[in-house]
Amino acid sequence: MSLVEVTDLTVEFGSLRAVDGLSFRLAEGAALALVGESGSGKSTVAGALLGLHRGTGARVGGSVHVAGTDVQQASDGELRRLRGAKAAMVFQDPLSSLDPYYAIGDQIAEVYRVHTRASRRAARARAVEVLERVGIPDARRRSRSRPHEFSGGMRQRALIAMALACEPDLLIADEPTTALDVTVQAQILDLLHTLREETGMGLLLVTHDVGVAAESVDEVLVMRHGKAVEHGPVGTVLGAPAQAYTRELLGAVPRVDAPRAAVAEASDEVVLEATGLRREFGRGRTAFTAVDDISLTVRRGETLGIVGESGSGKTTLGRMLVGLLPPTAGGIRYDGRPHTGVNPAVQMVFQDPVSSLNPRRSVGESIADPLRARGEHDERIRGRVLELLERVGLEAAHYDRYPHEFSGGQRQRVGIARALAADPRVIVCDEPVSALDVTTQAQVVALLGELQRELGLALVFIAHDLAVVRQVSDRIAVMRRGQVVESGPVDEVYDTPREPYTKQLLAAVPALDPELAAQRRAARRELAVA
Amino acid sequence: MSGFGGFLLRRAVGTAVTLLAISVLVYVVFYATPGNVAQITCGPRCSPEQVHQVAQQLKLGDPLYLRYWHFLEGIFVGQDYSTGTSVAHCPAPCLGLSYQSDQQVMDIILTKLPVSLSLVLGAMVLWLVIGVGTGVLSAWRRGRFSERVLTAVTLAGWATPVFVLGLVLMIVVCGELQLLPFPQYVNFADDPEQWAWNLLLPWLSLALIEAAAFARLTRAAMLETLAEDHIRTFRAYGVGERAIVGRHALRGALAPVIALNANNVGSAVGGAVLTETLFGLPGIGQELVHAVKVVDLPVVVGMVLVVGFFVVIANAVADVLYAVADRRVVLA
Repeated sequence: MSLVEVTDLTVEFGSLRAVDGLSFRLAEGAALALVGESGSGKSTVAGALLGLHRGTGARVGGSVHVAGTDVQQASDGELRRLRGAKAAMVFQDPLSSLDPYYAIGDQIAEVYRVHTRASRRAARARAVEVLERVGIPDARRRSRSRPHEFSGGMRQRALIAMALACEPDLLIADEPTTALDVTVQAQILDLLHTLREETGMGLLLVTHDVGVAAESVDEVLVMRHGKAVEHGPVGTVLGAPAQAYTRELLGAVPRVDAPRAAVAEASDEVVLEATGLRREFGRGRTAFTAVDDISLTVRRGETLGIVGESGSGKTTLGRMLVGLLPPTAGGIRYDGRPHTGVNPAVQMVFQDPVSSLNPRRSVGESIADPLRARGEHDERIRGRVLELLERVGLEAAHYDRYPHEFSGGQRQRVGIARALAADPRVIVCDEPVSALDVTTQAQVVALLGELQRELGLALVFIAHDLAVVRQVSDRIAVMRRGQVVESGPVDEVYDTPREPYTKQLLAAVPALDPELAAQRRAARRELAVA
Repeated sequence: MSGFGGFLLRRAVGTAVTLLAISVLVYVVFYATPGNVAQITCGPRCSPEQVHQVAQQLKLGDPLYLRYWHFLEGIFVGQDYSTGTSVAHCPAPCLGLSYQSDQQVMDIILTKLPVSLSLVLGAMVLWLVIGVGTGVLSAWRRGRFSERVLTAVTLAGWATPVFVLGLVLMIVVCGELQLLPFPQYVNFADDPEQWAWNLLLPWLSLALIEAAAFARLTRAAMLETLAEDHIRTFRAYGVGERAIVGRHALRGALAPVIALNANNVGSAVGGAVLTETLFGLPGIGQELVHAVKVVDLPVVVGMVLVVGFFVVIANAVADVLYAVADRRVVLA
């Protein structure tokens, strides 16, 4: 009997068929990844394994057996005995997935008591034990902390501890590392790996990141539109994919180890120069230096990549470069002359294409804003906006549509068109593709490259994804705690990093090749010991 | 813990500043108005000599800020008043003298305050139990028939004026069924049992109306919490619906309930006029209305200050409870 047996599963929300006739098995102790882009139905499958769609109005068809329980036929009581005890789930966002009002240890103890009838004391002791097991230092004391007092990585560890509490046979992890920095992601994936080695539990991993799958599982199931596209051993599916969609998906994944395809020759003309930039927030004891003495130059036609983990000061730096945020100290020179405040020639593309467009205005009007601000005549504005829409791969008919009618990738194209409207010479892109699926991400990156060559734009490309930055940048700067720890030509920094922090970052990037992933894991263990 | 101590200190300072600001505002509004303040203060039946005397006692010749300072001094250290023949001492906290009734304002307030506090605090217990209980039930039974009935009942409660509900209660309970005597205020110190029996109806009628707001607030806040991700976590771990609603969802509703309760308690101390009048309870609200009617300025000023004091203190207590319920508040 397999641990999980799903036969002809369909899940429908109203008229939307999220999962469409999916079947798969998972043997005891095995690990399977469901990989797919957003909307492929992979998280819906994960929920169906625990019967989480019951009572939500979703229609579920087919059969689901998990650890000897027929999820479709089980009574509510039977389902509760399955959930957490035999199959436990780890969710994507560890902050919102824990109750903000209760101590973490109490929450784990509560779950333990539901399934074991242990005494309060025994349950609390078990909570401390599993927290220790997932690597929370000083677990007894920290078990009394509330979720907001934990860092993102520690919260995810706490959720994993909750999953371990009742020693389940199956761990379901729904995008367990998506909200985390790359070094923390590596730690969590390594933890899952070690736990599986020790306890022999099965793993069902749901992820959009092929690299995360390659690191963690034996088998991969690629999903699209609720159906299985390809299913097989991880080495085969990722190494020699049989289906066109799988090849397309893999082709779109940026590789951190592949050098960048050469682009136009670099120019020596410096457009933007920042010297000794510094920015503090708050006062007194709560003062915090987000950017600490950064100097950099951006040359015509080149891309300067800026990488760093969350909180490293990347966004603050970007905002100062476009003049949205006045620096506490230091200055910015544009074309050799000092410049303060916003500058039409330096534009910005924002991370979240949903919230950076006004939902109550048509996209055409949003793109026209910079032109209006410049005092352009109304008759000329419309023509110019239509031109821009076509330039970024949209259609003239899109002028009067509203942001909600577009997909994520299209919205980001609108954002780019708006940045182009003011005829800039520099565009600062702050995480321009991190909210997008890999295939869309590749298209947007390609568009930026085209525009750069055609218009001789200088780009400052800010991102946490080291692979994406390698694909687009000529030079890069690695940021940590408000400072640039290492900078230089992109291939030099990636191939022969000098700083330990850069080495650590690069070692944490998930590899697409399972064998390489295993080597990297071993290398990380050595780094951790050293 | 130092963070929490600092939080308490900041709250205390904020409360003191607010109280001071209220006193300035109230003083200016009532004593810097155009017209003959001495005549108004003394009352319509005062002779010109008496008006003159009052003007001297109020030191109307002094500039406004000095007079306010004098007023503050009365509150903190007390004051002496000469009534022409003798000098009366008004100990701190002294809110002045009612020239119309020849009584110290503080004494008037002190006889009325126990009545109002008895009414409001007792009703508060009832409205919290009834209101939050109904809210929890309707969140738990959401979407079912029983929830619709509860919603209808709470809506009806909200829409019923206190004089209708109170009268009906009184006619049915005291008149028809003769289960209780018609309410008459008895001091708690004199006879606690009679105190409670006599206040039962006023408590009920005030509480039933307030409870409606609490029921709706609790239900809304709980439904909001029930839609959050962490509830999904506990469901996915096999925690039963009763524990999810009773422990996790209710906790999320606590903060807004605390805030609303502070507001209601604070304003009901001086604002439950209808309930007090209906049941013949000699409380602050009734006295305030009376003082306004006969334009007894010192009494009005004193009472407005005391009512303001309760609103501010109730909110300060709520802030602290809020922070105890959710420690993230302390960081903000």
